[in-house]
Amino acid sequence: MPVTSSAHLDATAVRADFPFLRDEVDGRPLAYLDSASSTQKPRQVLDRMRAFYEHEYANVHRGVYRLAECATESYEHARRTVAAFVNAPSEREVIFTRSTTESINLVAYAWGLRNLGPGDVVVVSELEHHANFVPWQFIASKTGARLRSIPIDDAGELRLEILDDLAREGSIKVVTAGLVSNSLGTINPVERLAAWAHGQGAIMVVDAAQAAPHRAIDVQGLGCDFLAFSSHKLCGPTGIGALWGRRALLEAMEPFNLGGEMIRSVSLDHTTFNEIPYKFEAGTPAIAEAVGFGAAIDYITAIGLEAIEQHEHELTAHAVGRLGELEWVRLFGPPVERRAGIVSFDVAGVHPHDVAQILDWKGVAVRAGHHCTQPLMARLGVPATTRASFYVYSIREEIDRLVEGLHEVKRNLG
Amino acid sequence: MSEFEQMYREVILDHYKAPRNHGLLDPNDAVAEGQNPLCGDEVTVSVRFGAGDVIEGVGFEGRGCAISQAATSMLTELVKGRTAQDVALMPKEELLDEIGIPLTPVRLKCALLGLGVLKIALHRSKGTPLPDEWGTSSGEISLG
Repeated sequence: MPVTSSAHLDATAVRADFPFLRDEVDGRPLAYLDSASSTQKPRQVLDRMRAFYEHEYANVHRGVYRLAECATESYEHARRTVAAFVNAPSEREVIFTRSTTESINLVAYAWGLRNLGPGDVVVVSELEHHANFVPWQFIASKTGARLRSIPIDDAGELRLEILDDLAREGSIKVVTAGLVSNSLGTINPVERLAAWAHGQGAIMVVDAAQAAPHRAIDVQGLGCDFLAFSSHKLCGPTGIGALWGRRALLEAMEPFNLGGEMIRSVSLDHTTFNEIPYKFEAGTPAIAEAVGFGAAIDYITAIGLEAIEQHEHELTAHAVGRLGELEWVRLFGPPVERRAGIVSFDVAGVHPHDVAQILDWKGVAVRAGHHCTQPLMARLGVPATTRASFYVYSIREEIDRLVEGLHEVKRNLG
Repeated sequence: MSEFEQMYREVILDHYKAPRNHGLLDPNDAVAEGQNPLCGDEVTVSVRFGAGDVIEGVGFEGRGCAISQAATSMLTELVKGRTAQDVALMPKEELLDEIGIPLTPVRLKCALLGLGVLKIALHRSKGTPLPDEWGTSSGEISLG
């Protein structure tokens, strides 16, 4: 179980851990409001990775010499850290991948290709990031299964009342959704979806990329079958992510990447595969990145996921409040009580690229675009939105700077 | 001159607020649409030819940032009266000089979107060469 602390997040103390905040633009640190895209790194993670490379590095699972044993233990310790972070029944159910995207592709290919066929239905949602949409679309087209999408209402929340209609479309085999929407901040009722999925005889796959960094994750409590998330979205390095999967499912699946490490024996005419999780970890892994991933989880766990959630809730309430005062700004997504620390908005008459450009000149970094959710943008009827998102190092003052900047946008281009 | 004044020059804002040759030509001899890899801009360009493959009329529509829409508007004025072949070979620097503002690599894509789409329209209708960076879609998923 994650160690949660009910202590309030001390933003000043946290910000002191982040070297990037020492760089100043026009006498002020950058107001980085794009953590949903990727997060900044604390020195604790950077120091751990440097120390690993300087004193503990060797290839893993291979060497007999002490350094190699040490490196292997550090890598496997990181795996145990990930497993504990999501309350996995066993660390053998945690596979290191390159990212959330790769994790979902792994399930789509290694589970989907074998288990989907004509008459089967894969259920996604209108909110999904392309990483949790395109792989299913592709595998459906390859297997003859149908792809169906749960629509949203005008508040950006899933319309679950249509689930019964979906059940009539065929044999539901996969239900997948993000726990938190990266564009709107909607928090999806994944436990309900998982229960419905199992009732239909389907597996439940959860994209936790936007959730795992910001709220406690419990795969057993959620009742899902697979859950994916990324290191770089929780203050860890890029290039590594995790897939948690139910043991029985993982054991029945064929491998995804093949090569060294994932085999038991290889001969010209016969090869046997390794046990889980190694069956799904071909080749030399991103070793130092795994160690960094573990250090990042330790870092945010020490702050406390509940404290993080509370901190972001306060920031989001402040942002929604201040942006709501501007009649020429339209907010998308659910009310504050039902959303995570992500705020997408539209400035009347000004395209998000131009909003982001002007904000950049004021030292405020936001994201402009479709956020890899083109189906959602189409549903909202906009080509793109401007998005501000928060994390452990975000403070109220940055939101006030955002609003100041928006006044300037309006003055110049509105 | 502030950063804003440098990028969003009068002429840019003018073309953004009052785009020239706005509206698709109907009938037309060629039409193409495209999106910016820096997501969120779309442009559709239509062309009508006169004798000798001279571009007689150009019309565009789109949704996008000030740079992408203004640049496309300025482009339409640049190409009228020129041959398809000539425009297909027009270097991007010519359009960028006309726009005349400092552009980051990412906003460059906004500025050049219309030019790329126009060249695709010319390529499809007149077989003119297509620069490497403006290849057509390389695959799609269709669900039956």
